[in-house]
Amino acid sequence: MPYTPDKPPLARSSDQLRARIPGWGVDLDPKDRPSVPRERFDPEHTGAHWQFPERQPERQPRERSIEHKFLTPVFGTSCPPRGLSGVMRRYAYRTYSEGRAAHWLLLLAADRVDTAESTLRSLVTRRPDNPVTETGVRSEFSHHGLASRTRGRRADRVHHPLDPIVVAAPWLLAGGLVYAGVRRITRHRRG
Amino acid sequence: MRAMVYRGPYRIRVQEKDRPSIEHPNDAIVRVTRAAICGSDLHLYHGMMPDTRVGTTFGHEFIGVVDEVGPSVRNLRPDDRVMVPFNIFCGSCFYCARGLYSNCHNVNPNATAVGGIYGYSHTCGGYDGGQAEYVRVPFADVGPSIIPEWMADDDAVMLTDALATGYFGAQLGDIVEGDVVVVFGAGPVGLYAAKSAWLMGAGRVIVIDHLDYRLEKAASFAHAETYNFAEYDDIVVHLKKITDHLGADVAIDAVGAEADGNLLQHVTAAKLKLQGGSPVALNWAIDSVRKGGTISVMGAYGPMFSAVKFGDAMNKGLTLRTNQCPVKRQWPRLFEHIRNGYLKPSDIITHRIPLEHIAEAYHIFSAKLDGCIKPLIVPNTA
Ligand SMILES: NC(=O)c1ccc[n+]([C@@H]2O[C@H](COP(=O)([O-])OP(=O)(O)OC[C@H]3O[C@@H](n4cnc5c(N)ncnc54)[C@H](O)[C@@H]3O)[C@@H](O)[C@H]2O)c1
Ligand SMILES: [Zn+2]
Ligand SMILES: [Zn+2]
Repeated sequence: MPYTPDKPPLARSSDQLRARIPGWGVDLDPKDRPSVPRERFDPEHTGAHWQFPERQPERQPRERSIEHKFLTPVFGTSCPPRGLSGVMRRYAYRTYSEGRAAHWLLLLAADRVDTAESTLRSLVTRRPDNPVTETGVRSEFSHHGLASRTRGRRADRVHHPLDPIVVAAPWLLAGGLVYAGVRRITRHRRG
Repeated sequence: MRAMVYRGPYRIRVQEKDRPSIEHPNDAIVRVTRAAICGSDLHLYHGMMPDTRVGTTFGHEFIGVVDEVGPSVRNLRPDDRVMVPFNIFCGSCFYCARGLYSNCHNVNPNATAVGGIYGYSHTCGGYDGGQAEYVRVPFADVGPSIIPEWMADDDAVMLTDALATGYFGAQLGDIVEGDVVVVFGAGPVGLYAAKSAWLMGAGRVIVIDHLDYRLEKAASFAHAETYNFAEYDDIVVHLKKITDHLGADVAIDAVGAEADGNLLQHVTAAKLKLQGGSPVALNWAIDSVRKGGTISVMGAYGPMFSAVKFGDAMNKGLTLRTNQCPVKRQWPRLFEHIRNGYLKPSDIITHRIPLEHIAEAYHIFSAKLDGCIKPLIVPNTA
């Protein structure tokens, strides 16, 4: 009870716990815990045989946080920026530090634009995006979708219906726009 | 090669991609033999992490066989079986020199707040990940370790993130003998954290989730006392009641950005992306721990602001301990614990899915179908 000096007693003593739970207390001594203390200066044993790593060649201009002094010596080269989303991303990196909400909001907006651009682009390839196979929704049937969702009390059940909306929204929007466009043209012809 | 590729929120596919090449003299190329999907991957999959680009390959939990090494690599040779920590780190910067491998300053040009992580968006460096047949592994002399002969592959892959993170999470709790520890989240990280809390001498370990099948695992695998928060009007009050109104000494957040339990928080964060994460579990941790207690945050949150109850944390004099796990630092001690039989990491693996069906694996793990706790991904070339 917090209203009196002593800690509430535990149901099981340390000896009982040690007898029941394999390994109980083997790391009781903080000296045995690998991340205690948090900082331990030991640059000799990391495997690095350099003071500063050799630099990876920068084959295309690499966007970077303005909080960095220079481009880091090693970096990922997956998916360089391209299209409108690329312009937005470059702008976000060039203009705002990580401390600014604008930096992250622009990057998030660029992600949505990237999805739309890439989906559209895929329509003219031999492998257009397929919302059915890509969402893995077939596993609903092979892996007890309904039973898993209805069993017990799950707090997330209320928002499950939002997931298909999030996925379908861009497709429905695009479909709607195409439909409206086609109707307009056919009406125009008839009219 | 075959690789999983992100196509937009909730959409991924497997496609042909160029095999990665040596881009830096200390790179290695590793042929992946086993990968896993992490709760963190779900934040990417749901489109919550800024600068997640279409075409990126995810995957930061993987093991494999060295296929090729760059000219300056000394410690690895082709055909070595290696386990690769999820952190990409240089071994020589200010942070690496102090053992803070997850905070390396030389590997992520896109952000200074976070280090480098395989397959974890451009915000974490723009590297492709290991849910593929091959992966580029930078700083091959620093990151990977050769898998000991006696270790099973399934245990090794759990050591590359989830187990190390759970164990690290318990350490950040600064547990002393007899402490009451409450773990929010019975996913892989929470299960391992609960189990590790005993190793550090906890007197009572409580696990909170809303998925009964995971709570059952917490009871059997981690010897924990469990409560389903969906069955209580207010889980904070319940936690007070069962601790004689003192509260727990230590709380561990093993939930992160997509926490449930408050619809407004969940929807604004996970669906509308208006905040960095839904801090429901973190707020519960703040309110249910005792004054002067410690909160260890293993759950991941986006770089934007989140609606955290900071006033209560301040008034209660709490200590907040956080970080991405510096994985490799945990290994020697964890190897001992596994050898001694105190930990059996592979016990929580529930699914084994070929790379070609990874879209289904993500859906199952994300929607928590079929009793899924930890899905492994196995490429054809494994
Ligand atoms: N710090 C690190 O180095 C590190 C490493 C790995 C994972 N992570 C993070 O840890 C978190 C957990 O990862 P995981 O693989 O176990 O994920 P997971 O999705 O399998 O598990 C999360 C669990 O939390 C439960 N949950 C949801 N809301 C809750 C609430 N309010 N209270 C209690 N439980 C709740 C879910 O039902 C689920 O069982 C993720 O945020 C992940 O990004 C961090
Ligand atoms: Zn992870
Ligand atoms: Zn470093």
